[in-house]
Amino acid sequence: MIKLEAIIQPHKLESVKAALLGIGIDGMTVSEVRGHGRQKGHKETYRGMEYNVDLLPKMKLEIVIPNARQEEVIKALADAAKTGVIGDGKIFVTDIVDAVRIRNDDRGEAAI
Amino acid sequence: MNSLSKRTILARLLLTLSLALAFANVTLAQSAAPATPTETPTAAPAAAIPADIAKKLDDLDKAAKNAQMSGDNAWMLTSAALVLMMTGPGLALFYGGLVRKKNVLGTMMHSFILMATVSVIWAVIGYSLCFAEGSPFIGDFRYVFLKGVGAEPNGDYAGTIPQQTWMIYQLMFAIITPALISGAFAERMKFSAMLLFMTLWSFIVYFPMAHMVWGKGGFFNAVAGGVVPAWDFAGGTVVHITSGVSALVCALYLGKRKGYPNESMRPHSVVLSVIGACLLWVGWFGFNAGSALNAGPLASSAFIVTHFATAAAVLGWMFIEWMVAGKPSVLGAISGAVAGLVAITPASGFVKPMPAMLIGFAAGVVCYLMVSKVKQMFGYDDALDAFGVHGIGGTLGAILTGVFATKEVNDLRMGKPMGLVDGDAGQVVNQLIAVAISWGLAIVGTLVILKICDLVCGVRVNSEDETQGLDLSMHGEEGYNLES
Repeated sequence: MIKLEAIIQPHKLESVKAALLGIGIDGMTVSEVRGHGRQKGHKETYRGMEYNVDLLPKMKLEIVIPNARQEEVIKALADAAKTGVIGDGKIFVTDIVDAVRIRNDDRGEAAI
Repeated sequence: MNSLSKRTILARLLLTLSLALAFANVTLAQSAAPATPTETPTAAPAAAIPADIAKKLDDLDKAAKNAQMSGDNAWMLTSAALVLMMTGPGLALFYGGLVRKKNVLGTMMHSFILMATVSVIWAVIGYSLCFAEGSPFIGDFRYVFLKGVGAEPNGDYAGTIPQQTWMIYQLMFAIITPALISGAFAERMKFSAMLLFMTLWSFIVYFPMAHMVWGKGGFFNAVAGGVVPAWDFAGGTVVHITSGVSALVCALYLGKRKGYPNESMRPHSVVLSVIGACLLWVGWFGFNAGSALNAGPLASSAFIVTHFATAAAVLGWMFIEWMVAGKPSVLGAISGAVAGLVAITPASGFVKPMPAMLIGFAAGVVCYLMVSKVKQMFGYDDALDAFGVHGIGGTLGAILTGVFATKEVNDLRMGKPMGLVDGDAGQVVNQLIAVAISWGLAIVGTLVILKICDLVCGVRVNSEDETQGLDLSMHGEEGYNLES
């Protein structure tokens, strides 16, 4: 099993969710996060006071999938989240050792 | 409409017409009587008006007075409500949006609590100190506990509205003036100290100033025998200079907010501020046009110049900001509106629309430079720019009133020039003296008051409370509980 952690633009959440549902991924955890990569935020000015707002709002999706589906899911996710401009986000992949479904003690891939 | 009601209207019209004719005949007879006694065969001598006609005339006179009182009173009560709306929610939203979200309630409370505090003080003694005749500097105690303040008009101020209306209208000014100061000490003043400060400030700065400018026999009262007659139609000196300059003193005395200017102090919701500024704009019609104290043509004149000055000020601030900083900000546009409203306040009953737009435009440009350049040059933390907008805009407006006041709008001097444009340069000097005394009283008064508050309870919140925010540390609640 692997976990995909995708940091995406907040306004892309709906299309990413739709794309993942479209290929049968029906479990995910979404959180509102803030951060920046190369985008480095923007400048705001209030009555002459300048503020550099470098942490921008993003959405983080976490999904756990079987190893075999890695490339297919990454492609669907990236295609749906892409705008082509700086700030689109990143996808991180990590190994998952085990999973437990709390309701009925399913383990491993049966639990995801 | 059916024929019956048509007939009734016709009958009423005829009755009114005949009464009016009778009235006109008699006035003619009275004024003509000494010169042309030959006309007596047709017109009865004044002494011999039949009793029923005399009664009708008397009734007509009463009806006319009642009609005027109804009209004026309707407008003045509306104006009083509009001016209260400037404080809450107008100023509460305007200031509330400009602070960080941990201080939104504390900041709104500064405005809201004055709606209650000043009202109580006003009924007990404030009104009397402002508007009873006393010395040139402060009123006496004849109206304490609103004694003698009833339905009868107070001829010294407003002869066509009940004194109660005049009293409550003036109260709304006494509420918003200290509320304006709160912009300077936002996000760092103790609530207890704020209450004490505002109470003392009303007594030491506002009541004397209001008495001097508007009270009977007041030092600057241009209408009722002042020593230095200065024009201040709706409160440029009394409201905006006193509050704005006191705000600067507060900002300097309290020191900067923790983290200023390195940490982000971005407004948490310019949206709230836009709503607040729009309410201020609307409410200001009560403030300025209401200051005519009747529903006559001077109210219309003050209303329109207020509007045009504000419009020009918005554009003034927006264009200079656009040129200097690169973008026309929404916060800039609404700040320009407030600057324009402030600057036109003293002039609103004395100037024509084109000079009003000049005053507004100048206020927009000058106040922008003040809050975005001069403030940063000196480095004081006037958090919400109460001084930059009200102190500077008020001073500019008071001086320009002396320039643009004209007898064509308000002929208070019976045909003599009213301001520089009429040919009286001396009025500018009068305005400068009034400005200087307002500054002086505000500076000295506020310093003394802050010192007292500091000794009694300490003016500034401690460091932990400031970090936590006034909402939690002072009031035990939060403005936004979006998860509850």
